[in-house]
Amino acid sequence: MSAATALLARELQLALRSGGGAGLGLAFFLIVVLLVPLGIGPDPARLAGVAPGTLWIAALLACLLSLDRLFQADAEDGALDILALSPLPLEAIVALKALAHWLTTGLPLVAVAPLLGVTLSLPTPAFAWLVGALVVGTPALSFLGAIGAAVTVGIRRGGLLLSILVLPLYLPTLIFGARVVTAAAEGADPVPALLLLAGITLFVLAAAPFAAAAALRINLR
Amino acid sequence: MPLMVEDLSCRRDGRLVFAGLSFGLADGEARLLQGPNGVGKSSLLRTLAGLVPAAGGRITLDDTDPAETDLWAERVAYAGHLDAVKPQLTVEENLRFWAAIHGTTAVAPALEAFDLAAIAGRPAHACSAGQKRRLGLARLLLARRRLWLLDEPTVALDRAAVARLLGVVSDHLAAGGMALVATHVDLALTAAPPVVLAPPPAGRTHPGAPADDPFLEGAFA
Repeated sequence: MSAATALLARELQLALRSGGGAGLGLAFFLIVVLLVPLGIGPDPARLAGVAPGTLWIAALLACLLSLDRLFQADAEDGALDILALSPLPLEAIVALKALAHWLTTGLPLVAVAPLLGVTLSLPTPAFAWLVGALVVGTPALSFLGAIGAAVTVGIRRGGLLLSILVLPLYLPTLIFGARVVTAAAEGADPVPALLLLAGITLFVLAAAPFAAAAALRINLR
Repeated sequence: MPLMVEDLSCRRDGRLVFAGLSFGLADGEARLLQGPNGVGKSSLLRTLAGLVPAAGGRITLDDTDPAETDLWAERVAYAGHLDAVKPQLTVEENLRFWAAIHGTTAVAPALEAFDLAAIAGRPAHACSAGQKRRLGLARLLLARRRLWLLDEPTVALDRAAVARLLGVVSDHLAAGGMALVATHVDLALTAAPPVVLAPPPAGRTHPGAPADDPFLEGAFA
């Protein structure tokens, strides 16, 4: 097993074992979305209007939930020092950990989102676009979150600071992600918004590992 | 001398912890690192590991210095206060992970050397402090590194485990390795005089170092 696959396998294993928090984001996502009809009433037309935004905002918050442990757990038990001295570059370590975060947090959200679309009376043509937009957009949430997690790694109760740092960075993804779904629901062309969303994600995937690795190097001192 | 440390000074949170330190290590030589609490033993080891940049002075090992991160990381192994052990994984899984990171699969000799074979299947959260420490030290044997930097390796170890540690370090030295061991106990490891750290004279700051900034100190307190 190469070093990279070993790290990815360990991250997945830790997330799925007890205390890993992989199911936490999913449960939070379900609860937040199911609270919306209770809060704003069961009128299908009104629910359909807020469904894209609700699903995306709930996805952002669910992603944030487990981000604070992304590097903190390894920093607390000394593993981050050893990883930093390992043959794997720190940028690759960041990318693999963010990928594992997406696989255990973002991907389950994508899987249950159509179900929640039903409870929010999302128009049928928008379902495929909802899944597509989440698949394309949620990796950016994990990778942007990795920057915030790296900056706050040495701070006690850094999770709160992390949310404040990272949520503004999520704005472009939220805007275009929700736009894809709204356009599809209204019968407009969702492709331009999806392409912009994909562009944002690609930029984040390329840049975030370097930014997060630089922040980790400073925090290791 | 393969390892040369010349006029080294080290800063921790803006405070000069020691300055003007010079010593060397030859092939097959070990030296103990001694000094009162807070004098910078751990900072020195982290600096030598390449985790923390030196505030001044020079470190060279076989014509390499810590600024050449990749080459340096191939030459040093660091075992700090923290054992880099994941409580959710078993003893063997922990070691297998670090083995894969360092590009090997052979964990049996390392388990054997620290008498961990009998508890290989035990979850690390069920291990005692001494067993976790042995697991952390077993990591040293996974990859061949010239210079071992050990920070209080005997903490929590029983007599038999200390004897095993001495045997492992002696084998490393016999194979031409070097070791610097921060400790408060008299380890019967070497006849070489210990490296003794003393606090710098009061008020001395290193030239070129940034002045203490009360605003920043307050902001990060």
